[in-house]
Amino acid sequence: MYHAIVFLPLIGFLTAGLFGRSLGAKGAEYITTGFLIIAAILSWVAFATHAFSDAEPFTIQVMHWFSSGNLDVNWAFRIDTLTVVMLVVVNTVSSLVHVYSIGYMHHDPHRSRFFAYLSLFTFAMLMLVTSDNLLQMFFGWEGVGLASYLLIGFWYKKPSANAAAMKAFIVNRVGDFGFALGIFGIYVLFDSVEFSTIFANVSSVAEGNGEPIMSLFGYELDSGGALTALCLLLFMGAMGKSAQFLLHTWLPDAMEGPTPVSALIHAATMVTAGVFLVARMSPLFEHSQTALTFVTFIGATTAFFAATVGLVQNDIKRVIAYSTCSQLGYMFVALGVGAYGAAIFHLFTHAFFKALLFLGAGSVIHAVSDEQDMRKMGGLRKHIPKTYWMMIIGTVALTGLGIPGTIIGTAGFFSKDAIIESVYVAQNAMSGYGFAMLVIAALFTSFYSWRLIFMTFHGKPRASADVMNHIHESPNVMLIPLYILAAGALLAGVLFMGAFTGHEVGGHHESWYNGFWREALVAGPDNHILAEFHHVPLWVKLSPFVMMVTGFLTAYWMYIKNPSIPKELARQHSALYQFLLNKWYFDEIYDFLIVNPLKWLGRFLWKKGDGWLIDGFGPDGISARVLDITNRVVKLQSGYVYHYAFAMLIGVAALITWTMFGGAH
Amino acid sequence: MTSDWPILTTITFAPLIGAMFLILIPVDSETAKRNVRNVTLFVTSFTFLLSLYIWLKFDNSSSDFQFVERVGWIPGFMEYHMGVDGISMLFVILTTFLMPLCILASWKSINTRVKEYMIAFLILETFMIGVFCALDMMVFYIFFEAGLIPMFLIIGIWGGKRRVYASFKFFLYTLIGSVLMLLAMMAMYWQAGTTSIPELLVFDFPAEMQTWLWLAFFASFAVKMPMWPVHTWLPDAHVEAPTAGSVILAGVLLKMGGYGFLRFSIPMFPLASMDFQNFVFIISVIAIIYTSLVALMQEDIKKLIAYSSVAHMGYVTMGIFALNVNGIQGSIYQMLAHGLVSGALFLCVGVIYDRMHTREISAYGGLVNRMPKFAVVFLILTMANVGLPGTAGFVGEFLTLLGAFQANSWVALFATTGVILSAGYALWLYRRVVFGALEKESLKSILDLSTREKVILYPLIVLIIFYGVYPMPVFDVTNASVEALVNNYQSAIAAVK
Repeated sequence: MYHAIVFLPLIGFLTAGLFGRSLGAKGAEYITTGFLIIAAILSWVAFATHAFSDAEPFTIQVMHWFSSGNLDVNWAFRIDTLTVVMLVVVNTVSSLVHVYSIGYMHHDPHRSRFFAYLSLFTFAMLMLVTSDNLLQMFFGWEGVGLASYLLIGFWYKKPSANAAAMKAFIVNRVGDFGFALGIFGIYVLFDSVEFSTIFANVSSVAEGNGEPIMSLFGYELDSGGALTALCLLLFMGAMGKSAQFLLHTWLPDAMEGPTPVSALIHAATMVTAGVFLVARMSPLFEHSQTALTFVTFIGATTAFFAATVGLVQNDIKRVIAYSTCSQLGYMFVALGVGAYGAAIFHLFTHAFFKALLFLGAGSVIHAVSDEQDMRKMGGLRKHIPKTYWMMIIGTVALTGLGIPGTIIGTAGFFSKDAIIESVYVAQNAMSGYGFAMLVIAALFTSFYSWRLIFMTFHGKPRASADVMNHIHESPNVMLIPLYILAAGALLAGVLFMGAFTGHEVGGHHESWYNGFWREALVAGPDNHILAEFHHVPLWVKLSPFVMMVTGFLTAYWMYIKNPSIPKELARQHSALYQFLLNKWYFDEIYDFLIVNPLKWLGRFLWKKGDGWLIDGFGPDGISARVLDITNRVVKLQSGYVYHYAFAMLIGVAALITWTMFGGAH
Repeated sequence: MTSDWPILTTITFAPLIGAMFLILIPVDSETAKRNVRNVTLFVTSFTFLLSLYIWLKFDNSSSDFQFVERVGWIPGFMEYHMGVDGISMLFVILTTFLMPLCILASWKSINTRVKEYMIAFLILETFMIGVFCALDMMVFYIFFEAGLIPMFLIIGIWGGKRRVYASFKFFLYTLIGSVLMLLAMMAMYWQAGTTSIPELLVFDFPAEMQTWLWLAFFASFAVKMPMWPVHTWLPDAHVEAPTAGSVILAGVLLKMGGYGFLRFSIPMFPLASMDFQNFVFIISVIAIIYTSLVALMQEDIKKLIAYSSVAHMGYVTMGIFALNVNGIQGSIYQMLAHGLVSGALFLCVGVIYDRMHTREISAYGGLVNRMPKFAVVFLILTMANVGLPGTAGFVGEFLTLLGAFQANSWVALFATTGVILSAGYALWLYRRVVFGALEKESLKSILDLSTREKVILYPLIVLIIFYGVYPMPVFDVTNASVEALVNNYQSAIAAVK
């Protein structure tokens, strides 16, 4: 079964990729989509049979990859609860996106290529989440990067799309740089890259005796230091893939790709790979409080930073992209305080409502003739009511609508509140900061989400008459995936809260949590989050709710009641507005500090290093000197007898002088 | 092990016999040209098939030389002595595999002096195979240096506009190294009394002498690799060489340097190798970063790939001098993979050069619109060049870095920045050549891959992916020899301490 889940998308990719031309677009669409639907159904079967049982985690050997010295790497699947949860997320969203794309890409001449890439992406993502070792994970990790590159740049005639695709790949490579070094270090420490071996030995390594066990960049690290360093290196990979603060710049640009791609790759699945990585490596991270603190800090900063930028963006997809960035920050904060279950729970629910929002946005864009600027929308509610209601469901799920203290609530209500409560009780040095940032971000989230709804669907239409005439509701092939995701966005929280977080209103059930995750997520002996986060003061429980309502009211006041206020505010605080609108000027700073100096250096090394220094003093210099000398020697041979006679005379004079004075002694 | 039939000699000299035969084909008529091409293709393909036989019969469990042939030549001095082990065998296969592809790549693009061109290539093949099979130091030297001559002619006669400059630069660099290597070999003969490589491998050279010998060999191999800062001949040679010349240059000739380190420097001069480890690390890391940055700014496609080759060879030297199993296994793998990948990249450049007669990046753009098959092939090669897991390029890069990390984490830290930079230059090249709208008038009628070009490129693509997913056929061959090499090195070091 697991073979089928992972390899059906690969077969779909190969079929559509190699024979797309002879199959025709329809054939490619149906084959890839059909395989994906089968894989999704099998994933749910796997989820039901593995996660809700007491089956041990197990490994499926697929094939030997390579071995060198005592390094032995296999293509193999590690099946545990974390894996099957990810299988469900990836295949569900992917199959829905495949179906949706049949409608959305209807007019595109390169549909078979598009579906091939989607399936390739899914395959790589599945290899990533099922891997039983770090190297196969790295294969999936870079594989999704490749697919993301191809899909962002899918419309290859657009220069901006090409630039965005390149940027995504290269920025991710910066993260992969850390990831790769982390893998090297783990191999040196554990003599293996297999999870089972690493996890089995991590406790004995961590106990250590204070002796240095590893020499890294000039430091002799003891066991604690070594594990911290390795966790931080791995986390650098996670920061790149999950677009965390400092390495986030590629994600908003990635919106150049077709919208279904944004929903699948840049919201629901690929960008959560970093969260998955940290959760997968939880047995390691649990041994390094320093690394966890850093994870909390980065997550909290991202959650806040991205939310501030999201407040002022005008491109409908960019708003959702920054929202994704911010929500990923939430997940990392949860990981950082050791609430792994809550992090994965948020990953799970977020996949539904964020994919819903993106696909809904795609439906809007589809309706208004590919316009993405919200300033040119407005008043669409009456024209595309089904899309409108789906977007509303996505928004209430994202903002976390629910009644505190009851089991009535959307998916985001349960998962986000679980995170905020966990952070409140956490003991880590950054948890106070994390709590503050997440609560503020909750306010911003609510504001920008409702702003998006109001600007797009309410008020007076701002689109041209031509566009308004062509406006139309999307076909069923696009709407049905929305309905399914909407059901998930509403119900995923209440259905799975108990299992993922062990939390249930009116009591908590750690045994549920442990029975569900078993060995897939490891909490160290000092990690009491699970027991404590149920017992937070009422104001903590209420704070996200208050923030959500405040955000909604502010947005309502600014965009429905008094539509002139936003412009007025932007004018009064133009420096702040520009700062946010330009995304804190990260792109400009990076261009100035990194990209341009490197280009300059490259040219300098080429022209001056190779050209002037090495060639100048090397081969060219030598041949030039040889030519100079021969030229002069040639000039001496003038052919005039008196030149030679004069030379001889001088020679004789010199000889005599030397014998008289020099030879006297 | 002595085989009955001198298979290595047969493989080595089959191309030479083919060349002799070509001489007999008279003057340059169209028919004659066709015959010349057909004969050469046949000879090189035949040689390739023959060479597969040694892979088939190769004993993976042994680290000894196999298929050994040994006859006296000059009594008391050199012998004709051939054999292969796990380190050298696959280079023979790589050479014989690339040759028919090169001949096919020259099918249409070479139209003047076809006979001489093919003769030069066949003679070159003999010399290249000879380098990897020779078990006598002097025989090695002869093959190693003689290979320069046909390459010099290929660049100098069938090359581009600045071919004379490029071929002289190539010659000048390599010559200096060779002289020093010859002197070192003479010194070794006087010291050890033999030129037999297997005997020299077990001979203990005095520590002081090792240093000098190591340096002399280094001078030659470093130029061949090429290592920074003696790399500047390579971009010029590549730019001016015809496509097939570039393929052989990048695919095989560069590997002779790495092979030389593994055959001579490390096993014969282990103490010096240890002493110079950091020195090699430093220039390898400089090579990786420096040439990657330079590659970023290139305006000529071939130059860009040439600089990227230098960077990749930086990983190789770094891996070799990590002096552990992972590093060396990785280096050998990296050399073989680079032989396929860079060879294929140069073939790709040849494809568009044949159509447009320019290598300027700015002359292209939007090729995907007219050449979708080419775009896919070039994409896979670009990804293999940046070391994407699942392609052959990854395995070698990963293992060399891992080996370096085990030896010195600083080296791995700096060298790993190469994975970011390589993505930078490779993707930027791809974007400028392949993506975008097709706006240039001259490109509007460009044609996609022809059948001949598919026959050349598709097998390479299949191999590059196959060896990325399942590299074991290679590691099975190299494993025993590399472990023996590392064990001998370590015991030599331990003996001194």
